[in-house]
Amino acid sequence: MPYILTVSPDFSPDHISGWYIFNTWLQKQIGEAIHLELYNSFQAQHDAIHNDNIDLIYANPFDAAMLVREKGFLPLVKAQGMSDEAIIAVNEASAISDVTELSPGSRVAVTEDPDVRLMGMIMLEPADLTADNVQIKVCDSYVLVAKQLLRGDADVGIFLAEAYDDLSNIIKKQLKILVQSQIGVIQHALLVGPRLAHRRDELRETLLAMNVDEKGRDVLKNLSFDVWVSIEDEDMEFMIDLMDTLNT
Amino acid sequence: MIYDMKPEHIIGEYQEVTLDLYGGIRRKILYTEIETPYPDGKLIVSTTDTSGVITHLNKSFVEMSGYTEEELLNAPHSILRHPDMPTVAFIDLWDTVNRGKKWQGYVKNLRKDGGYYWVKATVIPNVRNGQVVGYTSVRRKPSRTKVEECSKLYPTLF
Repeated sequence: MPYILTVSPDFSPDHISGWYIFNTWLQKQIGEAIHLELYNSFQAQHDAIHNDNIDLIYANPFDAAMLVREKGFLPLVKAQGMSDEAIIAVNEASAISDVTELSPGSRVAVTEDPDVRLMGMIMLEPADLTADNVQIKVCDSYVLVAKQLLRGDADVGIFLAEAYDDLSNIIKKQLKILVQSQIGVIQHALLVGPRLAHRRDELRETLLAMNVDEKGRDVLKNLSFDVWVSIEDEDMEFMIDLMDTLNT
Repeated sequence: MIYDMKPEHIIGEYQEVTLDLYGGIRRKILYTEIETPYPDGKLIVSTTDTSGVITHLNKSFVEMSGYTEEELLNAPHSILRHPDMPTVAFIDLWDTVNRGKKWQGYVKNLRKDGGYYWVKATVIPNVRNGQVVGYTSVRRKPSRTKVEECSKLYPTLF
């Protein structure tokens, strides 16, 4: 039975091939069969986690907390300089120019991406908006969040900053950013599950050395970053504590 | 370490008061009526040990407090204590986190220059191997409605 690698469903579609290339590279390096399973939804991935089907996961910080505390996953590495940030945007024609001008009852377009939704809702708090007094419209992708704004079906949208940047210029011209988070310490992490934990040190060393040879560097380029950096157990605990403080 | 505030660091007209802080510390406070608005999209993050001494902080903490990172590290978190904050709020904070629970509240913080800034603060105990080893505090932008409510409520709690 191969080990199973998965990636948080919020990854950019541009990186699908990058993750397959990464998995091929990783299998060669550690001499183990690993199957890359990409789930279409957070629910499908959560079901797989719940059923203990996952051995390696590039997890968003929200899920990382659950994986470490409840499922015995251990941190390996994170991408250098890739923090998760959120953007609050409205239709360019909207009269709203500041978050505090939004009022209860606003229609908020989001994806299922839990950490981005959390950061976004925090940025709506200055307007006294909470999940209890807005109308949440869950979309399957950030492009669909943008479409909700363009059609006037939502008043405000919450985006992963990276996904917002990836929107076409035609779409971006019709949107207006109200606020972008500058948190800097929330980011995805590659975690190893209990079945593969005995190879944790070797996996980490292999990943940290990826940028040393040309092939490894090319693989990383396909994922749009240059180097992995180690996550120590305490770094992970800190990020989990941080997510815990935000999740209220 | 924590020192008395110095007139040369203060911007604008100030008042003076001496506060008794947690841990038997007395501090001369110089404070003004100048508010620094909380910046959009930022979080102030810090951790302390179990006695409330700062062990970790982020850049936003430095920017908003007006202190340098060196001044904040190893200082008691009460370096931010504003005289308009009632003691009862901090008693509630410590009682809550000492029970292993999360505390949340609106806090008026004191800057090095004597000014202030309002935050929505959340504090959680850091539990490692079943033991509380410190606390993480995250501050975010509060709603003006809540700030106005607290500005009226807090003077009644002295």
